[in-house]
Amino acid sequence: MSISLFYLVALLSIFFALMVIFSKNPVHSVLYLIVTFFTFTIHYILLNAQFLAIVNFIVYMGAIMVLFLFVLMLLNLNESSTEYRSNIMKMVGLIAGMCLVITLVGSVKALNASDPLVLQTQDLGLVKNLGKVLFSKFLLPFEISSILLLSAMVGAVLLAKKDIKQV
Amino acid sequence: MELAFIIEKFILITVIFLITLTIAAYSTLAERKIAGFLQDRVGPNRAGPGGMFQPLADGLKMFFKEEIIPAESSTTLFILGPSLALLTALIGSAVIPWGESVQIAGTLVSLQVTDINVGILYIFGVVSLGVYGIMIGGWASNNKFSLMGAIRAASQSISYEIPMGLSIIALLMTTNTLSMKEIAEQQHGINWNIFYQPLGFLIFLVCSFAETNRTPFDLPECETELVGGYHTEYSGFKMGAFMFSEYINMFVSSAVMSTLYFGGYNYPGMDWVNSMAGPLFGPLVGMAVLILKIFAFIFFFMWVRWTVPRFRYDQLMNLGWKVLIPLAIANIVITGIVITIIDKL
Amino acid sequence: MNFWERLYLPAIFQGMGITFRHMFKKKETVFYPEVQREFSENWRGMHSLKRDEQGRERCTACGLCALSCPAEAITMIAAERQKGEEQLYREEKYAAVYEINMLRCIFCGLCEEACPKEAIYLDGPIVPADYLRKDFIYGKDKLVEEPMKLS
Repeated sequence: MSISLFYLVALLSIFFALMVIFSKNPVHSVLYLIVTFFTFTIHYILLNAQFLAIVNFIVYMGAIMVLFLFVLMLLNLNESSTEYRSNIMKMVGLIAGMCLVITLVGSVKALNASDPLVLQTQDLGLVKNLGKVLFSKFLLPFEISSILLLSAMVGAVLLAKKDIKQV
Repeated sequence: MELAFIIEKFILITVIFLITLTIAAYSTLAERKIAGFLQDRVGPNRAGPGGMFQPLADGLKMFFKEEIIPAESSTTLFILGPSLALLTALIGSAVIPWGESVQIAGTLVSLQVTDINVGILYIFGVVSLGVYGIMIGGWASNNKFSLMGAIRAASQSISYEIPMGLSIIALLMTTNTLSMKEIAEQQHGINWNIFYQPLGFLIFLVCSFAETNRTPFDLPECETELVGGYHTEYSGFKMGAFMFSEYINMFVSSAVMSTLYFGGYNYPGMDWVNSMAGPLFGPLVGMAVLILKIFAFIFFFMWVRWTVPRFRYDQLMNLGWKVLIPLAIANIVITGIVITIIDKL
Repeated sequence: MNFWERLYLPAIFQGMGITFRHMFKKKETVFYPEVQREFSENWRGMHSLKRDEQGRERCTACGLCALSCPAEAITMIAAERQKGEEQLYREEKYAAVYEINMLRCIFCGLCEEACPKEAIYLDGPIVPADYLRKDFIYGKDKLVEEPMKLS
């Protein structure tokens, strides 16, 4: 039951991820991306990582994709407004894509199929355990990432603020 | 066992949906009635005694109206918008504990659809998802007023999610759990969270006004500037879906506020009532109390709507970013200090 | 503004108190079809062509009302009273056709003042709405008072 559900959801996420690339309208792309993230949320729930699932749900689906959609709506890109791409660009794209495919296939071949991963503790993904791990074992990376976010925020505020001297 | 479980949940979901939809439908009547009362009028009183069947008449009217889909719009998304708005409004009620477990024929039946241990975050996620219906609908209408309404809705919802989340964090510091059920259980009797988190409640209240797009924060459908806002192009049942989702949102956020801050199904003297009424009717009394609290909140929403004028957009953003977020952070800091002091004592 | 005023919350609560008090005030609604609002004494509504004490039409089709009408809403065709019609018309001349275009009428009441025979008064109800322009031209069927029942 769980395995078949996994395959179904995995298939769906690949399908929607492909639709992100193939749909011509950028707004449709973003909407497909939202659905893709939703399937990721289901994956997290299947892995019993409820906290990650819900955070993925809130942050990616609820906040970041809203911003993406927001920007796209403001820009109002249409199918007609995408400029004509030359054949050289298409060739370069094809070569780059093929390189990526070769790398991916090679890495998958090199990896071999590993044994199915068995969780040591089933409740690892729950809030309490995750919080304990984050604030003990991974305290330093956690704090550093928060400083990174803070500096990004300060940078954004600085960029957005008008230059007082010039005014 | 498995089948009984599914049937039990199915019945519970059906009942909750019925209650939600009925209350949402009658909220439209209540809104007009309260608006009337606050303005020295009587409100709708023609359909049935005291206007009892007005929601029915409105629904019928919506149903028989012509469904117009603009020629230049993207049809799928145009239909998806209101459907998504209604869906996200409805699924929020899944984690709200409607009462203590009821004992029916020897088995305990939980009055909560599902007790996931990240219940609050789930509600938070559903709320943040609610804006998609508006955005998609507004964009698909291919109308500049709709688009403006959708963009306003998006930026407003993102801005007010932050203080809302921060005010919840302060609440979580006192409750030590993310599960709605445990939070409700902790507030037994009159041990309500409002007494520990008054500032947090105020911030949450203001944010929930903004998240449900109610006056004074109904900028997305501000008719003086944007015709009808994001639902300018909508008519008939799709328009009704948008309107309905607003009322359902109001109901669900009232339920969330009652559960988080006003004790949910708890009320003073509940132990005595439970011992008198027994394990079947005691929890039902609690559920009735919760619904009364929800009604009080819905009345409050409407009361504010017909009292406070609409904010200007820059005022809205200033309030969100420059007042509520610092206040919410200060609330977290104060809560942390107080908790540490109490622990040390 | 001091800090207390800048909080806005006191002002909001004050306003909500005011609106809450209005919930218990007397409702101003007039339940229209059942209850009708009383008109003032100098109300001017739909015209009516009066009859005298014996039930005869007072109008003599002199045309002064049409002349005085600033909106030129009144038209009439006069006719001579025949033998045997004495109980119908008071004067020897009467209005065979008397029409007021209610879309033109401004309800100024000048016709009322101009009438030497006290035949026209604007003492009726509000002129009802209708769908077609031609339906707003009121003839004698709508304007002339019901004959008095002589009991």
